Amino acid sequence: MNANAIRELGAGVIGSVERLGRASMFLYDIFAASRPLFHRFFLVIQQVYAVGVLTLLIIMVSGLFVGMVLGLQGYNTLVRFGAAESLGLLVALSLVRELGPVVTALLFAGRAGSALTAEIGLMKATEQLAGMEMMAVNPIMRVIAPRFFGGVVAMPLLAALFSAIGVLGGHIVGVGLLGVDAGAFWSQMQNGVDFRDDVVNGVIKSVAFGITVTWIAVFEGYDAVPTSEGVASATNRTVVYSSLAVLGLDFILTALTLGEV
Amino acid sequence: MVQRKTLEVWVGLFVAVGILALAMLAFKVGNLATADVLNGYQVRANFDNVGGLKVKSRVTMAGVPVGRIAAIGFDNDRYQAVVTMNLDGRYNRIPVDTSAAILTSGLLGEQYVGLEPGGADAYLKDGDKLTVTQSAVVLEKLIGQFLFSKASEAPTNSAKPAAPAPAPLPR
Repeated sequence: MNANAIRELGAGVIGSVERLGRASMFLYDIFAASRPLFHRFFLVIQQVYAVGVLTLLIIMVSGLFVGMVLGLQGYNTLVRFGAAESLGLLVALSLVRELGPVVTALLFAGRAGSALTAEIGLMKATEQLAGMEMMAVNPIMRVIAPRFFGGVVAMPLLAALFSAIGVLGGHIVGVGLLGVDAGAFWSQMQNGVDFRDDVVNGVIKSVAFGITVTWIAVFEGYDAVPTSEGVASATNRTVVYSSLAVLGLDFILTALTLGEV
Repeated sequence: MVQRKTLEVWVGLFVAVGILALAMLAFKVGNLATADVLNGYQVRANFDNVGGLKVKSRVTMAGVPVGRIAAIGFDNDRYQAVVTMNLDGRYNRIPVDTSAAILTSGLLGEQYVGLEPGGADAYLKDGDKLTVTQSAVVLEKLIGQFLFSKASEAPTNSAKPAAPAPAPLPR
């Protein structure tokens, strides 16, 4: 009984390490197979459309509302200290540094990552990937790599769009509804937001999240058990793992870039 | 499946809008447009105490930012702080006998260096050193001085009003 539990623990650890190794080899395979993509760039463009353009609406709407809520909440707190003019700074810093990349990555995992996993998993379940191999077509080059790079390209653009629209949403609420001075709103923001420390770090974060989420999504799809049940649990795992990875990675990246831990 | 051309148009629009958003973050939200010191030159100054001054704090003259703090070091021989300032190259006619003071913006604001122009004919060059400096005000020292001076003047001050007080009330 007891020995069995220990054996299960060991099997679990070995299994997860094995999976991690497989995922790393898989990432290497993607990069190794990516050279032909330069000649067939349309494959990547197709995936940027599927992963980026179709995610645009949800990103823009959530960005607008997140910015508006930040405007409302921030105003209520700041006005107590007579610092309502700093609202622009508060909204911009929270969006550019944290909420933009993180919320976009979470939405991206839910909207695009799950779709990627389901698509690839279904291809595997219906033996399309095996069929490609039979025709001497490398499925990693033809199917996986375009999706991976499509996601990596789309994610930073989506995050930038989220932050920009969020700032506009904060402007609508702060200046339009609550009567914060528009000049102070923007000038405080420009004084406080540093290009290298804040904007570039946000972009670095979004690139890292893009790689993480798409990597997990395509790996889970490729590694799925080729049954309908297997695809379902792979999709589920994609969303859970990539959300957790994004939040954990966010802490590490913030600690590294702020350099104060 | 969407037609190849419309698909390309959509992706093109998406990338363009994304880059536009990034540009807005850089120029409208961030400070890249009003950015930093252009072809600056460096000037050093020794302070007895820099207080809460930080690297990248502002250097102002007449309230206008003219540069940023590039580095803050410690002079091991004089036990003073060495502040290196990066001044904007456009402001190249600052007299050599300019004095530097560490000031605070507002009551609780950040600290910055304020330059006060002198009257010399020669202008500051790269690598020059400001000799007249005024340190940051340390609140604890200020309060200490205040209490100390209060304590030292207390006997003379309290002597007069205190004298009648202990007199016993006549029955």
